[in-house]
Amino acid sequence: MSGVTLSKAIKRFGDLQVIHGVDLEIEDGEFCVFVGPSGCGKSTLLRMIAGLEETTEGHISIGGRDVTRADPAERGVAMVFQTYALYPHMTVEENMGFGLKMTGTPKAEVKEKVTRAAEILQLQPYLKRKPKALSGGQRQRVAIGRAITRGPEVFLFDEPLSNLDAELRVEMRVEIARLHKEIGATMIYVTHDQVEAMTLADKIVVLRGGRVEQVGRPMQLYQNPDNVFVAGFIGSPGMNFLRGTVSGPGKVRVPALGDQEIKTGVPLPDMNTAVIVGLRPQDLGVHQAASPVTVELRERLGGVAYDYLNTPTGERIIVEIKGDEPIAAGAEVAVDFDRERVFFFDAENNRRLR
Amino acid sequence: MDNIAGTKSGLIWAVHITVAVLVALWLFPTVGLLVSSFRTADQISTSGWWAALFPAEINEVYRAAAPDDNRIAEGDRFVVAGNVFGQAGAKEVLVWGVSSRAIDAYRAGEVADLGDGETITLLADGTYEWRGNDDQISGRGQRMFVTAGAPPEFTTGNYSTVLFTEGSGGGMAKAFFNTLTVSIPATIIPILIASFAAYALAWMEFPGRALLIAAVVGLLVVPLQLALIPLLKLHLGIGIGKGYLGVWLAHTGFGLPLAIYLLRNYMVGLPRDIIENARVDGATDFQIFVRIILPLSFPALASFAIFQFLWTWNDLLVALVFLIDATGETTVMTKQIVELLGTRGGNWEILATAAFVSIAVPLLVFFVMQRYLVRGLLAGSVK
Repeated sequence: MSGVTLSKAIKRFGDLQVIHGVDLEIEDGEFCVFVGPSGCGKSTLLRMIAGLEETTEGHISIGGRDVTRADPAERGVAMVFQTYALYPHMTVEENMGFGLKMTGTPKAEVKEKVTRAAEILQLQPYLKRKPKALSGGQRQRVAIGRAITRGPEVFLFDEPLSNLDAELRVEMRVEIARLHKEIGATMIYVTHDQVEAMTLADKIVVLRGGRVEQVGRPMQLYQNPDNVFVAGFIGSPGMNFLRGTVSGPGKVRVPALGDQEIKTGVPLPDMNTAVIVGLRPQDLGVHQAASPVTVELRERLGGVAYDYLNTPTGERIIVEIKGDEPIAAGAEVAVDFDRERVFFFDAENNRRLR
Repeated sequence: MDNIAGTKSGLIWAVHITVAVLVALWLFPTVGLLVSSFRTADQISTSGWWAALFPAEINEVYRAAAPDDNRIAEGDRFVVAGNVFGQAGAKEVLVWGVSSRAIDAYRAGEVADLGDGETITLLADGTYEWRGNDDQISGRGQRMFVTAGAPPEFTTGNYSTVLFTEGSGGGMAKAFFNTLTVSIPATIIPILIASFAAYALAWMEFPGRALLIAAVVGLLVVPLQLALIPLLKLHLGIGIGKGYLGVWLAHTGFGLPLAIYLLRNYMVGLPRDIIENARVDGATDFQIFVRIILPLSFPALASFAIFQFLWTWNDLLVALVFLIDATGETTVMTKQIVELLGTRGGNWEILATAAFVSIAVPLLVFFVMQRYLVRGLLAGSVK
């Protein structure tokens, strides 16, 4: 049992409160991703779990033990840093064995564990090298290998891929996913990249301003976001938000779409109340028709293309198009969507209406 | 910067000239000192040290060996042969003559005609052959005016005088080892203390840390002369007195502010992630210090070690106050040189030799460690 539990965790730097009472339950063996814009407190939260930042209030427990005031070394965690944080004066082998050496493990056992970790990450040819002689991807693998060698209960990753180039990032992402399957340990992973979050996570924690916005499985967050922030953050390109007003029972008028009225089954507030209408680019289509909406430009990515539409209210709509039907820039188009796949949010508190 | 297109400065020649001038300024006295230390007092008083590097030209008068005893008959002619220098090649004959009015009439190897078939030949290595009839090869030996080149002549006599002669003008060997006895512990002790302090000031959180750092920076500008008398009184009061322990402690104290400041600034620039990772890895502060910080701070440690060593090696003031007593057993080289200036002020060869003995070790240290010196000085400014 090595789940991680946070209860009412609060972090203050002096008078500045950056984490506002986070409650979180991470199961044993789960891959949990903290995601959010920069400055949302996700790294701070991770460092609190690691013990590198003191928890001002609340409790953190790992595997059932309360570790709120424990030293980093006593928590049974291993951390992988964005900058790799390899010891530059030691060889790969020494780097990987350092943690075990510090805890007084016999040499033979250290060697065996280093060898096993090196096998998992295919690092055997580099064991005698210094970090300086490794590429970025290899360094990151060594950093991960160092964590594996220690055999911790919980792995902590602090934006481990953001220093790598795009191609390597994809490669390492797959590697980390494979590693999680192989080791089966609890992993907590911080990123601002929602693609990493979606592909890796068993559970995503969306954070904003030191508060948890929503916790759930990736597809659950995608299909069933709690609020405007989560809806906009998960999914790429982000969800389109249009202003609307309730124009009758079960009807919302959207000025951006030429005062089109959308029928819906969700419980709506009173007449004339402002709501936010959310439409995923993937759920939209366009066809040429007389309409106040015009195509501004089209971005072609190969398999799909994104149409950027201008609306009379100035709001932008992005539509994902499969294939490449020739619609000229500036052409008038009508927007098609399935009304089952429209999200409505309260304009006051940004909460989902459902 | 060199790789950026179009930024080659037009002032590059000014840089080159400045470098050349600096090198010359530094080399001229140093090499002069070295060369002078290998010359005799006579050589120093007759020519500059630069002349010692080239063969000296000397005008000398020689006579062929007395013909009556040395001539050898060859038929009706006689030959006197020999070497003007006594042995072949001691000097080199450049030009020569047989009359005081034309001492450069012949080059080496040429035959001088003395009239009536009498000839004399002088080779470059000084071998001569004087031929003539019975009458001509008799009486006194023929005179030869020789302009000879003497090869450069050096002596190590000054060094044996300065190093090993007891009494005035000597004893540098003892002073040399005394200076080493002062310098080495006075370098190691402050580094040991300062590196611990620097780690604490850089990476351990405790109340009053900022104030302590400010105090260290403040101490940097306090002149050490302020502390000489009170410190000596303290040493005498607690029974250390004058001696090696006292001078080690004094050098340690005077060196610590700079050492702590330099090392802290270097250590604080080490990546935080590495230290945090070591902490997560279960290393204690002491283990982090020994296994991570110390190896990574090696350039800074080395550069401070060079500073401190040079400064304690060349120190006179602190040694005079805290070390040298009436017995003179613990005299250091700087003090010895001061004494030589008094007692042997005219003997430049002695002074040059003593000076070179004292700068030899700093030179060696500098050349062996200079890359750390530069790296350490730049530490923190460039990442």
